[in-house]
Amino acid sequence: MTLKIVVCVKYVPDATGDRRFADDTTTDREGVDGLLSELDEYGVEQALRIAEASGDAEVTVLTVGPDDAKDALRKALSMGADKAVHVNDEDIHGSDVIGTSAVLAKALENTGFDLVVCGMASTDGTMGVLPALLAERLGVPQVTLLSEVSVEGGVVKGRRDGDAATEQVEAALPAVVSVTDQSGEARYPSFKGIMAAKKKPVAELDLDDLGIDADEVGLAGSWTKVADITARPARTAGTVVKDEGEGGKQLAAYLAEQKFI
Amino acid sequence: MSNSFDLFRTTEEHDMLRDAVRSLAEAKIAPFAAEVDEQGRFPSEALEALQGNDLHAVHVPEEYGGAGADALATVIVIEEVARVCASSSLIPAVNKLGSLPVQLSGSEELKAKYLGALARGEGMFSYCLSEPEAGSDAAGMKTRAVRDGDFWVLNGVKRWITNAGVSEFYTVMAVTDPEKRSRGISAFVVEKGDEGVSFGAPEKKLGIKGSPTREVYFDNVRIPADRMIGAEGTGFATAMKTLDHTRVTIAAQAIGIAQGALDYAKGYVQERKQFGKAIAEFQGVQFMLADMAMKLEAARQLTYAAAAKSQRTDGDLTFFGAAAKCFASDVAMEITTDAVQLLGGYGYTRDYPVERMMRDAKITQIYEGTNQVQRIVMARNLP
Repeated sequence: MTLKIVVCVKYVPDATGDRRFADDTTTDREGVDGLLSELDEYGVEQALRIAEASGDAEVTVLTVGPDDAKDALRKALSMGADKAVHVNDEDIHGSDVIGTSAVLAKALENTGFDLVVCGMASTDGTMGVLPALLAERLGVPQVTLLSEVSVEGGVVKGRRDGDAATEQVEAALPAVVSVTDQSGEARYPSFKGIMAAKKKPVAELDLDDLGIDADEVGLAGSWTKVADITARPARTAGTVVKDEGEGGKQLAAYLAEQKFI
Repeated sequence: MSNSFDLFRTTEEHDMLRDAVRSLAEAKIAPFAAEVDEQGRFPSEALEALQGNDLHAVHVPEEYGGAGADALATVIVIEEVARVCASSSLIPAVNKLGSLPVQLSGSEELKAKYLGALARGEGMFSYCLSEPEAGSDAAGMKTRAVRDGDFWVLNGVKRWITNAGVSEFYTVMAVTDPEKRSRGISAFVVEKGDEGVSFGAPEKKLGIKGSPTREVYFDNVRIPADRMIGAEGTGFATAMKTLDHTRVTIAAQAIGIAQGALDYAKGYVQERKQFGKAIAEFQGVQFMLADMAMKLEAARQLTYAAAAKSQRTDGDLTFFGAAAKCFASDVAMEITTDAVQLLGGYGYTRDYPVERMMRDAKITQIYEGTNQVQRIVMARNLP
């Protein structure tokens, strides 16, 4: 039986470029350079490694996003994924993580899966809760934040490195996992991979295809709302303490004033 | 006007290849570039990174186990590696130069054996044409190959051989009939392990210090007759045909080095403050950057056009290959020199990469035919 692995990936604004918000307080995804979230590259990598180890597996990459999000899918396909699913619908614009997880869960049910692989968080929203929301919606176990992962005999196993302890965790498939940036360096697309990606199937789905009402998602259907945005003020020169015998006292006074000590 | 107009731009695949090579080069090659130059050591990290990602010889056709990249894709790989480390860019560049004679003129057996080994990363490929007394006048070579039954026996010295000693395979041009001058030269594949092959001391060079340049000695090297590339007497023609294609890769190297210098200078002038403002705000500095970017873009467009001609083997490739190599390398020398100037005293030190780029750029005006020879070639092949 072919092991069906689906990797959820996100197209995010390039963190090295100019990132900003649109007029409706959502992340501006139109006027900025975007790319496959670096943290999701780890998810694609682990999915490919599990597929290679299994010998009989199929890796699908799934994204919810605007037209340009196809670039993230293309990158994952060029790394070696077999096919892609792009959920693209104007009504999804502005969805919070609750809405996004609803769309992804429906898409996953639509595609079918044995194992869902996610990155540890997106590099734009950085919430990191999506894998848990997906597992809940799909009614399957979740093993999250793995720095090592493998699939053996219908069970996904992995290692979770915490601050106080290292845990060996496992779950019976079907399951949702998320992998960290310590799970293993993501491969670079090869020339052959890039050329092959062009010919791989990319399915386009909208809300109708998934049977989702427009008012369940988007800005209107979101549980959270961004009320206001203020850019972080530019760093100021700060206070310079010159040590003329009383420097230590002055530093302590400053820290006390800021309630650090 | 329409965004679907596809002339004069690279394809989406070429752009993706550039992104992939750029990330790889910045992560795996750039961190060692200064050390490789300073210590004059081979960039083994770059070789490992390029081979590990099948980028060390992308030009090898798929039927021989290669990536099957077109000439423009090969140019992009070399350009992006050269942008961070010129020495490392000689890995993909010289692999093409050394193996292209086999690809252009070799028998099926020779191609399967040597292009396959190159693609699998079993060894790099160097090109042996120049000699101590035969540089620009390559046909004046003295290395001899004499037939002995089913073997050829080679004797002579080749000079300025890039990656000599680290390459496993060598395309060697040798005289098989001294009466016929250029038509009496034949090409052979010689392996590093063949008895009688040895190497001189590494040259002490101004730039590309991470890529060893050595003499190669052939002392009664006895090789099977089927290692001859193409027919007897066609070696010089093969060597020249090869250069038509690979001069484009030197142009690629030149624009890569220049891009690295321009990128660095562009960042520096925005950080460096004098007279209370970033020096980028001075018009004199802006004019320099504008000129650098203009020249670089002109060189890139000519190089890409030449690469397309190389892929199609157009009739005017000889002119375009020479023009791209000559123009791009002259421009790279100007841009890297200006980059040093923009960094002022800092640019003159090894604490900043632009002096290395300036030293590395110089060789692109000299090797695979000096730019004076390129002008001869262009003049004889005017469009």
